[in-house]
Amino acid sequence: MSRLQVVSGKGGTGKTTVAAALALALATAGRRTLLVEVEGRQGIAQLFETEALPYEERKIAVAPGGGEVYALAIDPEQALLDYLQMFYKLGSAGRALRKIGAIDFATTIAPGLRDVLLTGKACEAVRRKDRSGRFVYDYVVMDAPPTGRITRFLNVNDEVAGLAKIGPIHNQAQAVMRVLKSAETAVHLVTLLEEMPVQETADGIAELRAAGLPVGRIIVNMVRPRVLDAKDLELVRTIPRAALARSLSSAGLGGARRGGNAERLVDPLLEQAEEYAERYALEEEQRSVLGELGLPLHELPLLSEGMDLAGLYELATELRKQGMS
Amino acid sequence: MSPDPAHARETPRPHDGSRAYDGTRRLAPARVLDIDPLLDDPRTRIVVCCGSGGVGKTTTAAALGLRAAERGRKVVVLTIDPARRLAQSMGIDSLDNVPRRVKGTEGDGELHAMMLDMKRTFDEVVEAHTDPERAAAILANPFYQSLSAGFAGTQEYMAMEKLGQLRAKDEWDLIVVDTPPSRSALDFLDAPKRLGSFLDGRLIRLLTAPAKLGGRAGMKFLNVGMTMMTGTLGKLLGGQLLKDVQTFVAAMDTTFGGFRKRADATYKLLQAPGTAFLVVAAPERDALREAAYFVERLAAEKMPLAGLVLNRVHGSGADQLSAERALAAAENLEESRIVDQEDGKKLRNSPDTYGSSDSPTSRSDPGAPQADTATGTDASASADAPDPVVDQVAAGLLRLHAERMQLLLREQRTRDRFTALHPEVPVAEVAALPGDVHDLAGLRDIGNRLANNRREPSEPNA
Repeated sequence: MSRLQVVSGKGGTGKTTVAAALALALATAGRRTLLVEVEGRQGIAQLFETEALPYEERKIAVAPGGGEVYALAIDPEQALLDYLQMFYKLGSAGRALRKIGAIDFATTIAPGLRDVLLTGKACEAVRRKDRSGRFVYDYVVMDAPPTGRITRFLNVNDEVAGLAKIGPIHNQAQAVMRVLKSAETAVHLVTLLEEMPVQETADGIAELRAAGLPVGRIIVNMVRPRVLDAKDLELVRTIPRAALARSLSSAGLGGARRGGNAERLVDPLLEQAEEYAERYALEEEQRSVLGELGLPLHELPLLSEGMDLAGLYELATELRKQGMS
Repeated sequence: MSPDPAHARETPRPHDGSRAYDGTRRLAPARVLDIDPLLDDPRTRIVVCCGSGGVGKTTTAAALGLRAAERGRKVVVLTIDPARRLAQSMGIDSLDNVPRRVKGTEGDGELHAMMLDMKRTFDEVVEAHTDPERAAAILANPFYQSLSAGFAGTQEYMAMEKLGQLRAKDEWDLIVVDTPPSRSALDFLDAPKRLGSFLDGRLIRLLTAPAKLGGRAGMKFLNVGMTMMTGTLGKLLGGQLLKDVQTFVAAMDTTFGGFRKRADATYKLLQAPGTAFLVVAAPERDALREAAYFVERLAAEKMPLAGLVLNRVHGSGADQLSAERALAAAENLEESRIVDQEDGKKLRNSPDTYGSSDSPTSRSDPGAPQADTATGTDASASADAPDPVVDQVAAGLLRLHAERMQLLLREQRTRDRFTALHPEVPVAEVAALPGDVHDLAGLRDIGNRLANNRREPSEPNA
């Protein structure tokens, strides 16, 4: 199991939720995981129903079995100052840099520096050891940028190492790339059973592979329950409307005669079945497209009550059951 | 005036139970966003679609563009990253960074569409604002090549740049813009400002000074602290990268000036009365939270918000039947089926089920005629022997309906939370489609749904 688990996915597929559930799932049997947020959205704090996370690793959850989940929202500006401090012992000079706008420049405008800092910080957490020489975190889970940007984001260090051909940034960038391209890292993609996210997942995998980055698993999120199967849907089309009306009526839903309460349910219910059938066919099609990508596939259910903390634990249990941790 | 707790308590809430029953009950009836008058108004020159990723921004922008065109206007749609099949259907799958006429539209108007090519837009800006020799130097600079190829932020600058260009041409009645799928939906608003503040900053002067003034002659104008800074940056970035950056910044100096001016102009353009912002969202917690944030930001920036487009809203033609009642009825059918199979006895319509599923509150629903519940049921149920296959299918349909009703209620709760926070924002709801849209007919359909989104207060009798 790779120690750096990167979770990406198209916008709207719930990658933050999946990353958080994975961090919980991996924190079994007394293990410690770090959940890292890089996009400054405070999505993790919202999921765990805590106040906004500062730029500091803090414990946000205890997993069943005594494991711990820590969280960190990386602030690029702070990360840069940390970094300068680490390498140059720049106290006041760091502040001076901020004053003239160099930090702004480095974290928002200079090509890739921001991404270098974000990936660098995550890799640092992966490699960090305590005094007895044990890893501080068993796993680091990163809630990464969306599929469309993930390859560039992870690969930024290659580009930077090419731009800055010597010097500490060059060395740092190369060190980060060594972690990211090794078996220490796995990049997972979250998708829905819809055409666009699936297409983007396929494209993303091709890009990651072309860049030599290790692709992990595909996680299909928010899978709606299978209420009717193909056989049921076949049957629906063969049954006379009047018979359905009588059946509904016998279940206590009103009159089966024309205009009766049960009779009036028949058309809308059949219409919903038609829509379901259409969606079912589309989903099956997307499932088979995903199947052809040749990666382990996991499915997480849509939580009918919406996403909350209890739901997060439910998804973590599901991931554990499916052998993702 | 302080709220009167007594009065609040006085208002009984016996209908809480019936809320689940009456699926279409709306908490705060939001104002309805009327799309057509907005699109038809000749004063509307720019429509900006913004919102978080995965909510259907691009499709909404394309559907609005098509609808405006088919209502007679000359429209251009600027998309950022359309799905391949949507781009193909509009004939803009080849990247050439100029608007192309979309074929197959109806009516007198015209629809043009383009997909933003970030790098090409950046190159064009450089070429337009410097002499050929300097432009060539900039385009060949490794730092520039990385910057323009799409590092964080560049897409936002370029989308705004392109919008400014299209508007300056004044060739179109209406420009519909899709915004980049940013880490934060607000990046495109911040980008021009950030660029401006960077350009006003001392760093740029520091970086440009040595290259501009050249060698030692220039150095004496720099104070000691600045020299140290250049040294630090050099150490940090590596001497060669710093040189690349300096050369780049020096070469870009004139161009950058133009950039800032236009970034400011575009920002003002967005605030102008001819612009309408549409916040696009799906009825999901995260998307609507982002939408609420966006609404607040637009207000703070004095950007004109036209309303919220809520995509993929689920409805039901049978929303008079609650999820709970549907499930109870399904169980009833399935139980009796088992009993039927075991000993042929009918156990339907047990008083238990009736009691729990037909509460008095649900009876009070005006759309539920009560007479036939009592009389019609027994008559028709006993007329025919129950067919287990039919019952099985009916139970399946009821379970499907229960799932739909749960989804519908969850969406409504999420939406109501938004409406409660921002009652002033008009809302257009777009009914969910089973699949993706990838042709003009599909876009037209979305356009119709957008324009005819007046909520029909569910009339079970209708």
